[in-house]
Amino acid sequence: MAEAAAQHDGHDHHPTGWRRYLFSTNHKDIGTMYLWFAMFSGIVGGLLSLGMRMELAEPGIQYFHGLAQIVYGVDADAALDAGKHMFNVFTTAHGLIMVFFMVMPALIGGFGNWFVPLMIGAPDMAFPRMNNISFWLLPVALSLLVMSMFVEGPPGAMGVGGGWTVYPPLSTTGQPGPAMDYAILALHIAGASSILGAINFITTIFNMRAPGMTMHKTPLFVWSILITVFLLLLSLPVLAGGITMLLTDRNFGTSFFSPEGGGDPILFQHLFWFFAHPEVYVLILPAFGLISHIVSTFSRKPIFGYLGMAYAMTAIGVVGFIVWAHHMYTVGLDVDTQAYFTAATMVIAVPTGIKIFSWIATMWGGSISLRTPMLWALGFIFLFTSGGVTGVVLANAGADRALHDTYYVVAHFHYTMSLGATFGVFAGWYFWFPKMFGYMYNPTIARVHFWMAFIGVNLVFFPQHFLGLAGMPRRYIDYPEAFAGWNAVSSYGAYLSSAAVLVFLFGVYEAFKKKRPAGDNPWGPSADTLEWTLSSPPPFHQFNDLPVIK
Amino acid sequence: MRILLASLAVILSTLTGAGVALAAGLGKPEPWQMDLQVAVTPSAEGIASFHTLLLWIIIPIALFVLGLMIYVLVRFNEKANPEPSTVTHNTTLEFVWTVVPILILVVIAIPSFRLLYLQRDIPQADLTIKATGNQWYWTYEYPEHKSGDGEAVSFDAVMKTKEELKDGEPYLLATDTPVVVPVNAIVKVIVTASDVLHAWAVPSFGTKMDAVPGRLNETWFKAEKEGIYYGQCSELCGKDHAYMPIEVRVVSEAAYKKWLEETKTAGIETAVKNLIAHMDAKTATRKLAKLKNNN
Repeated sequence: MAEAAAQHDGHDHHPTGWRRYLFSTNHKDIGTMYLWFAMFSGIVGGLLSLGMRMELAEPGIQYFHGLAQIVYGVDADAALDAGKHMFNVFTTAHGLIMVFFMVMPALIGGFGNWFVPLMIGAPDMAFPRMNNISFWLLPVALSLLVMSMFVEGPPGAMGVGGGWTVYPPLSTTGQPGPAMDYAILALHIAGASSILGAINFITTIFNMRAPGMTMHKTPLFVWSILITVFLLLLSLPVLAGGITMLLTDRNFGTSFFSPEGGGDPILFQHLFWFFAHPEVYVLILPAFGLISHIVSTFSRKPIFGYLGMAYAMTAIGVVGFIVWAHHMYTVGLDVDTQAYFTAATMVIAVPTGIKIFSWIATMWGGSISLRTPMLWALGFIFLFTSGGVTGVVLANAGADRALHDTYYVVAHFHYTMSLGATFGVFAGWYFWFPKMFGYMYNPTIARVHFWMAFIGVNLVFFPQHFLGLAGMPRRYIDYPEAFAGWNAVSSYGAYLSSAAVLVFLFGVYEAFKKKRPAGDNPWGPSADTLEWTLSSPPPFHQFNDLPVIK
Repeated sequence: MRILLASLAVILSTLTGAGVALAAGLGKPEPWQMDLQVAVTPSAEGIASFHTLLLWIIIPIALFVLGLMIYVLVRFNEKANPEPSTVTHNTTLEFVWTVVPILILVVIAIPSFRLLYLQRDIPQADLTIKATGNQWYWTYEYPEHKSGDGEAVSFDAVMKTKEELKDGEPYLLATDTPVVVPVNAIVKVIVTASDVLHAWAVPSFGTKMDAVPGRLNETWFKAEKEGIYYGQCSELCGKDHAYMPIEVRVVSEAAYKKWLEETKTAGIETAVKNLIAHMDAKTATRKLAKLKNNN
């Protein structure tokens, strides 16, 4: 009784059951929910891509007309057309789900929520209740997006098939049905969730660092989240504006994007990419941050060039706002505009290079142990480099003339995201799994997962460079016979990658089943950020006495 | 890693010419192709040589990073180096890895801008064609040439179904009515759309231009080799996005004039039929001559 009262006095209120999660104001519980949510979305988005790769394994239409008959119940005559549209619905939903409901929730919502407060020595996030609504908006948004796949898009067909870029007029007059409206509302809500999260992180990081922790002593993962959420805070309102204009064009007779009424479809592309280019850095920056910690921990050496790393990320974030039209080299931009965007885009290679070389310099002279998180981090560094150098190719408007909207672009952005950000997610997962849940994963299963994923994704995406150079456009359900070879290789890679996901899920199950205690700090003294000073899992509320940084 | 190395080796071999066996045919992709399609215009040639330059920069950089990583893993693993150093700064090194990339980017930027301005400074045209994207076919117009009824020469180009294909015509690339242009002529293409976005692209010409409703975009090409060149719509436009290809036939000045004249008088179908017969005959003669030479 006395103990309970004492706990109550200490505000150590600990709800149980469903209340613990639905009403949660605890950054660790919310972080955990973000991680499970990301895992669920990742499986949905992954199944969509598996469907596409199965279809593209050989020329012709193999599965989608049948799939349309099963899912939408269309009759055999209409099945082919319904299937073609359904393929576009799959590409659209795959992109949106992976960006908004897998990578962002995992890296920002999941690891950000879990470890920003722990790393800066704070008891929780600045606005715990807002943290709760940030999370719970996401399932709502995802539900709306999934519902959009089952209501009318273009006349007589279900779902949004406009790509994740939802360019008008295909997203306005091209698909008059309510599916697009559902998708727009889904993006609005996901955007609101991210903006609230961004405000929360900025406030937390600026105001709740432990005594003595100046910005220049703040761990790089915290830096990376800070820059990321600034990008979100500044870019998401522009997306919200753009898609609201789309909504009013569709439903209330405005004509922002329709030339008949004096509007311009290209305006939407500017608004969209003003958001979406910073967005792609949103996906990768948190991975940059946590890779630094992992490389340093497993090299048993402090991070090389800490300040350079922090300001390189800042530079990437700033320059990320002034390069958006490199996604639009073929829309008919003025030649000087294209020249500017070429130059500005190439500048990003410099801070990115600083990061890559600093990671290698961190390892240089170290005492490297190749435990699972380090494997993923090394995979990340090399694959991100590969995706980065093809980015330099695409940055050039002249060369992009041949490569724009081909599979080369698909290969490039999957090397940075599917291989980059996602490898970052898994690196972070294995690095922090013992801390978050108190159990040690099975290293053998984890290694099998890594190698299957590494070989699988490379098989998927490396041949796509060749397809792109040879001219295969993206978002095609069918392709000329000549592209069959590399497409088949790519599809086999997708099957292997999918099997890797099963191994991952089994590894999670195994770890929770076997309950091997991880200990407070399984990685040794070079894991020197504050979360490793706590128990594993950390107490429900931590740092009642603030740690002091010397 | 090994797979990656093998793949990189394959690109390097392509680069150095060992992969020529896998290189492209004319105007269309070939099985297992790993490089750009054969270039027949100044823009496409510019892209090809610029891309080769880029490969010589980016592949060594990727290999350099890979090499450093392998070296570090061998030299500084916990067995080889049990005592880690504590070095966290090296101003010279940090200066070098900031400045050297800048220099490399300057090396890239110069030919890049030259190529860009070549593509976008549109020279005085010999012929203008208007291409309009529709869901899901292209409409072409030769605004400088009027047919009998006083209207500009104009036709729709619809993809050929599998049943309509003649021998050797590639499915998803061949159309029922090709665009016809004379060899070595500077052709200006005005690109627009009637419904949603499309993009007019021909890889061998190094051209890709979005078709935007309410806008007239311009691009140009000067095809320096006779032949049949295919392209595909390159901006998502709905369910049949993959089914509205582009076919351009580059022919001799004389054949072009004959086609144009017949289009004006006898109609597009007859003109195309005669043109194709003419091109097929020419190809057959060339093949025969080659055979004789070989014997």
